[in-house]
Amino acid sequence: MSVELRGITKSFGALVANDGIDLRVETGEIHAILGENGAGKSTLMNILYGLLSPDSGQILVDEKPIIISEPSDALAAGIGMVHQHFMLIPVFTVAENIVLGHEKVNGFGVLDLEKARSEIARISKEFNFDVDPDAVVETLPVGIQQRVEVIRALIYNAKVLILDEPTAVLTPQETDELLQVMKNLKKQGTSIIFITHKLREVQEAADRITIIRRGKIVGTALPTASQEDLASQMVGRPVDLTMNKSPAKIGKTLLEISNLTVTDSTGRELIHDISLDVHAGEIVAVAGVQGNGQTEFARAILNLEEHVSGSILVDGKDILGETVRGSLHSGIAFIPESRELDGLIGSFSIAENLILDTFDLAPNAKGLLMSPNTVTNEAVKRITEFDIRSQGANELVSSLSGGNKQKVVLARELSRPVKIVVASQPTRGLDVGSIEFVHEKIVQERDAGRAVLLFSTELDEVFALADRIAVMYRGTIIDIVPATISRSDLGLLMAGVKPKVSS
Amino acid sequence: MNKFKKYIEETSKSIALPLLAFFLAILSGGLLIAFSDPKIYKLWKSPLEFLGTGFASAGHAYLALIQGSIFDGNLTSKNFLLGFYPLSETFVVAAPLILTGLSVTLAFRAGLFNIGAQGQFIFGAIGASYVGFHYNLPPVIHALAAILGAIVLAGLWGGLVGFLKARTGAHEVIVTIMLNYISVYFLLWLLSTQTFLRKGRQDPIAPPVNENARLPKLFGMDYRINLGIFIALGVAYLIHILLSRTTWGFQFRSVGANTLAAKTAGMSVPFVMTSVMVICGALAGLGGAVQVMGSEYALTAGVAGSFGFDAITVALLGRAKPLGTVLAALLFGALRAGGLTMQANTTTPIDIVLVIQALVVLFIAAPAMVRAIFKLKNVKSGTDMAAKGWNG
Ligand SMILES: Nc1ncnc2c1ncn2[C@@H]1O[C@H](COP(=O)(O)OP(=O)(O)O)[C@@H](O)[C@H]1O
Ligand SMILES: [Mg+2]
Repeated sequence: MSVELRGITKSFGALVANDGIDLRVETGEIHAILGENGAGKSTLMNILYGLLSPDSGQILVDEKPIIISEPSDALAAGIGMVHQHFMLIPVFTVAENIVLGHEKVNGFGVLDLEKARSEIARISKEFNFDVDPDAVVETLPVGIQQRVEVIRALIYNAKVLILDEPTAVLTPQETDELLQVMKNLKKQGTSIIFITHKLREVQEAADRITIIRRGKIVGTALPTASQEDLASQMVGRPVDLTMNKSPAKIGKTLLEISNLTVTDSTGRELIHDISLDVHAGEIVAVAGVQGNGQTEFARAILNLEEHVSGSILVDGKDILGETVRGSLHSGIAFIPESRELDGLIGSFSIAENLILDTFDLAPNAKGLLMSPNTVTNEAVKRITEFDIRSQGANELVSSLSGGNKQKVVLARELSRPVKIVVASQPTRGLDVGSIEFVHEKIVQERDAGRAVLLFSTELDEVFALADRIAVMYRGTIIDIVPATISRSDLGLLMAGVKPKVSS
Repeated sequence: MNKFKKYIEETSKSIALPLLAFFLAILSGGLLIAFSDPKIYKLWKSPLEFLGTGFASAGHAYLALIQGSIFDGNLTSKNFLLGFYPLSETFVVAAPLILTGLSVTLAFRAGLFNIGAQGQFIFGAIGASYVGFHYNLPPVIHALAAILGAIVLAGLWGGLVGFLKARTGAHEVIVTIMLNYISVYFLLWLLSTQTFLRKGRQDPIAPPVNENARLPKLFGMDYRINLGIFIALGVAYLIHILLSRTTWGFQFRSVGANTLAAKTAGMSVPFVMTSVMVICGALAGLGGAVQVMGSEYALTAGVAGSFGFDAITVALLGRAKPLGTVLAALLFGALRAGGLTMQANTTTPIDIVLVIQALVVLFIAAPAMVRAIFKLKNVKSGTDMAAKGWNG
C-alpha cells in the first residue's frame, strides 16, 4: 500500500509547523523522516493518523484521495501509529491494552480476550516478537512495551506503520532489535514511516530519507549519504560531527569516590558500593541505560540525596554530608539531568537564572542587598560568551528553546571557579547544533584541566567525549573500560553482560 | 524613577483581570440587590417599571456604598472636610487588611498558602494589648515596645508553621487552619484570666492600652484615622524591596517558583520556609497591633473580625504583588466601611458586600471564565501565584 501527502500545511497560531509538505511512501519501503526537534515531524504524522486536521492539503492511499478525520479512519485505511510517548495503560495486560477501544464481549457480557490472545500469539510468532499476552504492561521493559504498540497496529491490519522516534527510549541492543523487526515487516510488504533524528539508524534501516527543517521539506537522500551531509541538511549549515579532541593530559585525582552507597528512605539500595576516580584533564563517561542509578549517583555527589554512605573526596577533602551549597562551592559545576525541573526557574529571567547559586556573593550582592545592575551586566556578558539566543538578559527562561536553556545552565555553572564538572545527560532532547556546542564546551573544560564526569545514555555522545568509560548497570559500576572499546561490547556491558575480552 | 515606572507598567499589565473580575462582581451584586428588594416582585407585569425599580435599588445601594466609603455630603454641614469622614474610615479598615494581605502575599511568593493570617493577627493583637496595658513606658517607646511584642509573638506563631513544614512536611494549609482554631480559643481563654480581665467588667474585654501605646491620630479627634495606614504603606514598600532587591527575597521567590531548582542550586528550603513564615506571622501580627493600638484600644474576643480571611482574597485580588495587595486592601476597606452605611441607609443588607467579595474571588479564581466573558486573549493569567495548594 502506498501513501501520499500533498501540500499539507498546518499552523499553530503564528507558527507554521508544516508548510506545504509533499511526501510519498511506496509499498514495502522504510521511509525515514529526519529532522531536528520541533521540525514538525510529529505534527505531520499526527495529521496522517487523524489526530490533527491539516489547514490544507490532501491524503491519498493507493492513489485515491481519502479523508482522515480521526484515528479510526486511519486504522480503517490501514495506517497504524506508534507514538513517541506510549499510549498504554500500565496496569492492564498486553491483551487488555490491545483490545482497548475495540472490546468484544461474549454471550455473558464478559470481555472476550481469547481472540486477541491468539492473534497476539500469531503475530508474535510471525515476527519473532516474544511477547506474553498476559503480562502486565508496567512489568515489561520499554523495548517490549514498544512491541506491544507495534502489535496493536498490526492486529488491526496496518499496512503502513508510523513509528515516531521509536528509538529514543531504547538501549542500543533494543534499538538493533527494533531495526531488525522493521526489516522483517518490510519483507512482508508493510510500509514503514520511521521518524528519528539519529543519523546512524537512518543509514542502517532506511530505503529513502526525507529531511524536514522548520516545517518544510528541504531535501531527500539515500542511506548511502554521509552523516555530515544528512546533518547539515537537517540543521541548515555545515556541521562537523567528529569531535576534534586532543589526547587527554591527565593530571592529579580531583574527584575520588569510594564505596558510595545510596538508599531510599525505606533502606532499599539505589546505588551500591561505587568507587570511581576522575583526574584533572580527563572526561569519564558513565554510560548506561536510563534508570540504572545514574540519577542518584550524580545527585549523591552534590549531596542532594539523603541516605548516603562512603566518601566523596574533592581535591582530597571529603564533602560527603556537606550542604548542597557547600558541595557546589567546594568546586563542582553541576549540570542537572532536567534543565526544566531542577536546572532552571522558568518564570525567572536569564539574568536571575545565571545567579541561582551565586546570588548572595560579591559582586551579585552587597550584604543583604542585591546589585541588579551588576547582575544584568554580567548576564549580558554571559549571553554573548555562551551564544544564548534571546531578546536580552531580562527575557524569561521559559520562552527560550531547549538548546538555549541548556546554555543558560552551562553559562551559570562554568562561570564559577570550579575544579570538577558533573554533567547529567547534558544534551538530552537537544538539536544537533546545540549538542555540538555543549560537547565543545565540555571538551574545553577538560582541556582547561578540570575533571569531567559525564552521565550519558547516548552511545554517540559517550564515544565522542569519553577518555574512559564507566558502565553502570542496576545501581553499580560493573566495569570501567577505555574509550577504545567496541560499540557492541559497550552495548553488551550496558545490558549487564560482561564480554570475554575486557580490561 | 525609571524602575518605579517599570513596576507600575508591569502591575497595570497584570491588573486587567482583577479589574474585570471586580467589575463582574459589582454587576452581579447589582442584580442581587435589585432582586433582594421585595417591591420588584410585584412589578413583573410592566417591564419598564420592573427595570426602573431594579436599577433604582441597585443604584441607591451602590450610592450608599460610596457615601459610606469615600464622601458623604450629609456630613458637611458643620465642616466641609467632615464629608471625607467615610474615606478616613476606609483607611482605618484598610490598614490592618493591607498588613494581613501582605502576609498572605509574601507566603504565596514563596510557594506557601498561608491560611493562618487570622491566628497570627490574634497573637499580634494579644502581644500589643498585653504590652500596651501591662507596662507604663514613655511615649513612642511604649508604642514601639507594644509593636515589638506583637511582632515577636505572631512571628513565632507563624514560624511554627514553617518549621513544622520544613521538619516534617506537614502541609501548611492544614496546620494553619488548625492553628487558627487554637488562636481563637486561646484568646477566649486568655480574656477570662485575671490578667486580661478588665476591672469591673464581666465580658471578654482586656484593659485598655495606655495612652502612650496608642498610635497617634492623623487629623484630630473627629476622625479615627491614625498612623496605622502609614505603617501599613511603609511596610508594603519594605516587602516590595525585600522581594525584589534582597538576597532573602531572591531565595523566597526561587523556592516559590521552583523548589527543586532552588534546592539543586544550593538554597536551603527549610530555612526559606521557616523564615518566610516568621515574617508572614509578624506581618499579620503587626496588623493586629495596628487594630488594637490604632482604633480599638483594647483586646476583645472579636478583635480579628475577618481580617485574616479577607487577607486571602486581598492577596489573590492583588495578584500576590505588594502594590496590588495595597490597592485590593483599600478596595476592600471601602467595601467594608461603605457596607455599614449601605445597610443603614437602604434595605440592602451588608451581606451583599460579602457576596461581592466572594464573587471577586470566584472570578479571579476562574480567569478562563472572565476571559471567555470578555473574549480576552492576552490578559496575563494567574501563573505568578506560586502556591501549589494541596499538591505543594
Ligand atoms: N498542539 C500544538 N500547539 C502549538 N504548537 C505546537 C503544537 N504541537 C506542536 N507544536 C509546535 O510545532 C512545532 C513542530 O512540533 P513537532 O511536530 O512536535 O516537532 P518534531 O516532532 O519534529 O520534534 C514545534 O515548534 C512545536 O512547538
Ligand atoms: Mg516529535
